[in-house]
Amino acid sequence: MIGLDPRQLLWRLAVIGLVATIVQIAAVSQLEILGANADVTPLVVAAVGLLAGSLPGAAFGFGIGLLLDLALVQTVGMSSLLLLALGYGAGRLRELRDPQGALVPIAVGAGATALALVGFALMSFLLGGDAPLDPAILWRLALTLAWGTLLAAPVHALVRRVLLPALPEDPRRRRRRAYTTGGLSPLSRA
Amino acid sequence: MYDKSLRRRRVALALLVACSLLLLTVYFGESAGGGLHSVQRGALEVLSPIQEGASRVLKPARDLARWIGDTVDAKGRVSDLERENEQLRRQAIAGTDAARQNVQLRRILGLDDAAGLAATRPVTARVIGQSPTVWYGTITIDKGSGDGVRVGQPAITGDGLVGQVTTATPGSAIVTLITDSRVAVSARVSENGVRGVVQTSAGGAGDLRLRYTTRSDRVERGWSVVTAGTSSAADRLQSLYPPGIPIGRVTRVTDAGTDTQQVEIAPYADLRRLELVQVLTARPNGNRP
Repeated sequence: MIGLDPRQLLWRLAVIGLVATIVQIAAVSQLEILGANADVTPLVVAAVGLLAGSLPGAAFGFGIGLLLDLALVQTVGMSSLLLLALGYGAGRLRELRDPQGALVPIAVGAGATALALVGFALMSFLLGGDAPLDPAILWRLALTLAWGTLLAAPVHALVRRVLLPALPEDPRRRRRRAYTTGGLSPLSRA
Repeated sequence: MYDKSLRRRRVALALLVACSLLLLTVYFGESAGGGLHSVQRGALEVLSPIQEGASRVLKPARDLARWIGDTVDAKGRVSDLERENEQLRRQAIAGTDAARQNVQLRRILGLDDAAGLAATRPVTARVIGQSPTVWYGTITIDKGSGDGVRVGQPAITGDGLVGQVTTATPGSAIVTLITDSRVAVSARVSENGVRGVVQTSAGGAGDLRLRYTTRSDRVERGWSVVTAGTSSAADRLQSLYPPGIPIGRVTRVTDAGTDTQQVEIAPYADLRRLELVQVLTARPNGNRP
């Protein structure tokens, strides 16, 4: 955790959380294309987990979930529980596997969207609400998943841009170090 | 060092999970006037001006995305609209004559439009937020108890019924849409007066179903379903909705003529693209026809 400034990270996470929640409620939720709208909150939580680790990911997920439940007058604690699990999961993935591929944010974003959809359905059902599954709703869920997958990369890039100055040295310099410790950069060889 | 970090992480995670479960339990256990519900209303009051500002700022982006979506949808809708247009033209011809008679009858009875929707004291509100999940059908509006909006009042658009107010703060309110499983509306079929209750369909993704019809209740595709209003003479059994507000059009009737007939309805109001709604803040004559 060299170079990590917890206060700066906290501020940045708070701003990301507030902006993501407001944008989701005031704009993204009201945009329905082909019968479904995107949900950027699981994408943002997954991106934070992937960039900052499991604990900041879980805490951020809890916070953004609480804000969503309060702002939308939903069952308080439901989104918090779900999103903290997503943030923690994405963070653990980074800590245990440290995936480096360019497609990782997209795959993680798609997975986070899918888990959020399934998680909401399960929790709604467990809490006594209707969580029916018929072709119409499955189509809508599939579209939401598709929008989530499409938006995963830009959302991850945005979150990374905001968090970058507050992130530990390691993930920032990882790619550069591969050239400096293992030999010449492909560019200098050419 | 690693063990300490691991232990700390596990403790923090356990605390967050416990906190979420505690919130869930408390929220379910308390009444609508309980502490968490009050905090929720307070948060809504604080966040609604921010939402309102963001909603205005982000309107061009929403309009652009809607234009793209509309363009994609438009191709598939042309033939449907042509068919509907033909049907509406026929209805309009019949309706003009009926309207003329209606005006004459109203004059005779000494009624005017004030006894219609105007008497319900509609308050126009802007939609400033919408729930992102499929399972919750709610919108946030920029008018609240300070404008006369109260819990239980119906919300409509020019197209038809939208839902009912379920939370009201001084500056904003939450409207639960008719496609949410928590809402049920007493309704009748406009063409023959068959009664039932409109609730979300099994899909729950935006379609409705007219429930509790019997085998003798004939309902056909294309017929209109409107709110029934109050049918009981008892004041404590008043309907929340004034009579005659359009809800939707019958799109399919399965197992017709049986006790298990299922009447599916598509709402008239475009519930995913709401910009402005009207909240009916008064109940003239207890919402009786």
